[in-house]
Amino acid sequence: MTPPSQSRRGFLFRLGIGLNVLGAALVGIPVVGYIFGPARRRTDGQSWIGLGPIGAFPAGETRLATYENPVRVPWDGATAKIACWVRHIKGERFQVFAVNCAHLGCPVRWFAQSRLFMCPCHGGAYYEDGSRASGPPPRGLFEYEYRVRDGALWVRGGQLPTLSRPV
Amino acid sequence: MSARGLGPVRSTLGWLEERAGLGGAIAPALDHPVPRSTASWWYVFGSATLALFVLQVVTGICLALVYVPSAEGAYQSLLYLNFQAPFGWFLRAVHFWGSNAMVAVMTLHMIQVFLWGAHKYPRELTWIVGVFLFLCTLGMAFTGQILRWDQDAYWGLGIGASIASRAPGVGDALVSLLLGGPIIAGRTLSRFFAVHVFLVPGILIGMIGLHIWLVLRIGINEWPMPGRVVTRETYRQRYEEEVHKDGVSFFPYAARKDMVACGVVVLAVVLCAVLFGPFGPHGVPDPTLIDTAPKPDFYFLALYALFALLPPWTETVVILVGPVLAIGALFLVPFIAGTGEKSWKRRPVAVLGVLVIVLTVTTLAGLGVAVPWSPQMEAWTAAATPVRYVKGRTPLELQGALVLQNKQCRTCHSLGGGGGRRGPALDGIATRQTRDQLIRQVLQGGGNMPAYGKNLSPAEVNALVAFMGTLRP
Repeated sequence: MTPPSQSRRGFLFRLGIGLNVLGAALVGIPVVGYIFGPARRRTDGQSWIGLGPIGAFPAGETRLATYENPVRVPWDGATAKIACWVRHIKGERFQVFAVNCAHLGCPVRWFAQSRLFMCPCHGGAYYEDGSRASGPPPRGLFEYEYRVRDGALWVRGGQLPTLSRPV
Repeated sequence: MSARGLGPVRSTLGWLEERAGLGGAIAPALDHPVPRSTASWWYVFGSATLALFVLQVVTGICLALVYVPSAEGAYQSLLYLNFQAPFGWFLRAVHFWGSNAMVAVMTLHMIQVFLWGAHKYPRELTWIVGVFLFLCTLGMAFTGQILRWDQDAYWGLGIGASIASRAPGVGDALVSLLLGGPIIAGRTLSRFFAVHVFLVPGILIGMIGLHIWLVLRIGINEWPMPGRVVTRETYRQRYEEEVHKDGVSFFPYAARKDMVACGVVVLAVVLCAVLFGPFGPHGVPDPTLIDTAPKPDFYFLALYALFALLPPWTETVVILVGPVLAIGALFLVPFIAGTGEKSWKRRPVAVLGVLVIVLTVTTLAGLGVAVPWSPQMEAWTAAATPVRYVKGRTPLELQGALVLQNKQCRTCHSLGGGGGRRGPALDGIATRQTRDQLIRQVLQGGGNMPAYGKNLSPAEVNALVAFMGTLRP
């Protein structure tokens, strides 16, 4: 009698297992790549974004500016829009801050009278230069890289600023 | 109906039973004997949770018939459900109140089984599966909140991403995985839709099946008696004897109360839905509309409060280690205390533990409702200065009152009960601080107060301090 490991039945059993493992791998690997793709893609969508002529930001004041995120899909709707705080110090010197609080990402508001940014969620406060004033934030506001070209203000952005990847 | 009228029904049922055999399969589950002591009102929370889950599935499927899981269209489709789709408002309301009730009743179930010692031998696995069910349900609550694609959902995701970003090394990858892209947008909502509608419900259905299978296989936990100690050697035999001697069949003896409880919770949800209507959606999810104070639904208020109250330097550690310890502890409960006394009357540590956790969570949630740490953004224009603080004051002091108002001190400090509570109330400040101390505090800040040195002229500081010097009881 043939031992089970060499019999036709044993072969079919092993073939069955093998084919299914192969099938699972051929489907499973792309599935894992599909799900974890966004996490793996390190090509940051950072690019230069125009915020308009610098005339729109009077010197000595801090104004809210908005732009459309450069990396987007057509069904993003209003969520493709991003806001940022533009502080025009003087001349071509600016500071552009993300609206997201460095604590947990809530939108900070600017108060010109007390010259503070304040967060509604947990009460974080920042000075006008973005440095931490009080409350739970572990650091100052996230600040965009900027440049002025032909009288227009540009910032480098494209992703949600967080502690692990500030702007 | 007469017996003859029932004939066709009976023969149809008989035809079905001969082929499907479902009655034969279910009958033993319904008839299985349970200890008489378990036919109690305290044992109904599990069934009630299951009834609420079924309600969520039914209303959820209905909502999905209309809801558009796209960042562009979700908000509009929710408004359509609220105002145009026939009974759309009702189904949204039932789904919302049902989710609240499910979290609440499931928590009661968990506390009850723990206090009754049901996690002990041989029901450790039932408890562990139950903890999975608890976590999955909280996951459903969070993802459901996101599908209500409004400002709270958008900024709630921002909070979630900020928490994820604190994980060392993998924070950035976690954020991208959570959001499905670099920002909170279309791909994020689609992801949460799939998780809320397919992934977690699928896991839940499987786990519920396993949970019930375990209850049927091992038997429902008997009413614990002080002094009847659980040991691995004797427990099962004693349980079998008790059930044999003094058991009743689950249906209908114990099931009656379960049925009443299921009906009561479903009716309560329907009543809430009719009385209070659907919840939200609130502001449009436009990230450039930043005049918003995002807040989570009630189940996460305690966490939200914790983030405001933790000392900043502990925060990352607590955020990362806290959940691991808390969830780990829940899973380990049956292994730490798997035998011994079952009755809460002989388990002071267990009772105290439950009390401490319940008090902590409810206190934190209460603070999450009151948000004393949040600045009152409108107080500087909206809160009046009490008359007694301005009557008979000198021009300099009145000027100081204006500085206090215009420089938005009341965002954080209250006066006569109006204003923020982040900093101390200023009523009676003159009895607590000298003029020099006040000047130092205003200019340099400190103790969680920003410094105003660069923002106030010497004349303004002078007037402000002169006014504060008059604030006495």
